[in-house]
Amino acid sequence: MKLRYLLGLTAFAASVAQAQLTVEITGAGANRMPIAVADFAGERIVSQALTSVVRNDLERSGIFKLVDAKGQAIPEDASISYDDWKSRGADALVVGTVGAATDGRYETRFRLYDIQKQAALGGQGYLHTSGQLRATAHRMADFIYEKLTGEPGVFSTRIAYVVKSTGRYELQIADADGGNAQTALASREPIISPSWSPDGTKLAYVSFEAKKPIVYVHDLASGRRHVAANFKGSNSAPAWAPDGKRLAVVLTKDGSSQLYLLNADGSGLTRIATSSGIDTEPSFSPDGQFIYFTSDRGGSPQLYRIPAGGGDAQRITFEGSYNVTPRPSPDGKSVAYVSRNSGRFQLTLMDLASKQTQILTDSAKDESPSWAPNGRMIIYATEVGNRGVLAAVSADGRVKQKLSVQAADVREPSWGPLGK
Amino acid sequence: MRYSIPLLAALLLAACSSQPPAPEQNPAGVESRTPSATSKGVEEKPFDAYGIAGLKDPRSPLFKRSIYFDYDKYVVKDEFKPTIEAHAKFLVANPQFKVLIQGNADERGSREYNLALGQKRADAVKKSLALLGAREDQIESVSLGKEKPVCTESTEECWARNRRADILHSATKEF
Repeated sequence: MKLRYLLGLTAFAASVAQAQLTVEITGAGANRMPIAVADFAGERIVSQALTSVVRNDLERSGIFKLVDAKGQAIPEDASISYDDWKSRGADALVVGTVGAATDGRYETRFRLYDIQKQAALGGQGYLHTSGQLRATAHRMADFIYEKLTGEPGVFSTRIAYVVKSTGRYELQIADADGGNAQTALASREPIISPSWSPDGTKLAYVSFEAKKPIVYVHDLASGRRHVAANFKGSNSAPAWAPDGKRLAVVLTKDGSSQLYLLNADGSGLTRIATSSGIDTEPSFSPDGQFIYFTSDRGGSPQLYRIPAGGGDAQRITFEGSYNVTPRPSPDGKSVAYVSRNSGRFQLTLMDLASKQTQILTDSAKDESPSWAPNGRMIIYATEVGNRGVLAAVSADGRVKQKLSVQAADVREPSWGPLGK
Repeated sequence: MRYSIPLLAALLLAACSSQPPAPEQNPAGVESRTPSATSKGVEEKPFDAYGIAGLKDPRSPLFKRSIYFDYDKYVVKDEFKPTIEAHAKFLVANPQFKVLIQGNADERGSREYNLALGQKRADAVKKSLALLGAREDQIESVSLGKEKPVCTESTEECWARNRRADILHSATKEF
């Protein structure tokens, strides 16, 4: 009786996720660490979504290679036969237990082992509902990733993007693996340039619903939103300052597209830079000192940066006649952008100290790069077979993923921040 | 003539037009301001080239509403000056009406840069109209960037059609 009730809940959760992005791994790192994630003891009471999400997360990162460990549940407190797992080729092993807690929730505990060193690397326990299975799995994957790589995992983060089907635009938010997609805004008019607030509670974006581009700030928990910039002409390209209080925006109220700064509530407008041409696509450096932007002040669109408090703009790119959409990395050492090379628009990375550049993709219509908050991957929009898809590539160009939605265009990705 | 007669007839039929073919090769019919001056024997009846009727009359230069641009450029080319002059004359002659200029870009490159480019194109048309005597408050310029393409193929011909500023008239309730 109880079992049937639980299965019903799981079925509901699956139907919610039906419109999700499907992720396809199209390239992986050179030396992937072999890891085994055993089935968890008792996992059947919550279906096997838990371990399958953990496995998919780890594999999708391109850093791990899964060692088959299915069909044999190993509880969290079991003693580990290191030699057995070593002979199966695993460098790391995850085991766990799921049990019913007294309040109707579930308790999941797991442990991570280093097979080579024959040592436990720690573990965690969570109390969760059946609706929190995916979130719990992502947190486990984040723990495993951080223990084994020394960097924070981004499996619990979310991505925002726009899905365009015939005559309809939807601003959606999904887990970083494309699951659990939810629509924050639907409109008949275009929605572009979503941008996460640093605390992950709000999205700024540009909507054409009033027949012209206007910048909104949308609170995700309440679904309430307000106009942040609606001046004469167009209002676009919102970028959050790292303090989460101010936005850089592009306005045409004084002529062509120019950079301004305002408070997220729309007050306190100041102008940042002045040029006679186009200045657009602002993005703050992670320390808040600089604003990177695109400008055609030199005759073609190139990357520049300017002190956030105003000052002289400094040109960053000199090669090629079309370099746009600068997005500084979370460590501030490099900038991702889109460059045109023989008519192809490609995601490119520049090391700011050495000025060395690397084209990261072999596609032709890349747009809108956005960094994972741990600086490991960059998500961007591109086109495959005349359809808009999202793709992600590691900063070294090796790991590649494609995220698509059936029968619709996906575009304008923005990777949300790490959870607190 | 560029078009063969059967093709032109087919085009007109397809457009369900009740208007006679526009005498495109006869500038006399479209340059003159006063109906009496158009009587070179080509026009079936006189018309007011810069009146509201002109907006819907293929014989009027006001019938043309689109200005096309080169790739990554926002300079109004000479070939479109007559179109802009016509709309400026309309705004001067009809001060109660307004225009909305929508700038567009082709699909190549970033959405935000193309939004700015579309705005520059709309502004270039706005400036030209203002220089020819239209009041600033009669003209609004906005950009649709690359969000509203009239053509969705990835060909030069299609891109050229999307690099465009359209002049919409309040007189004919186009906005």
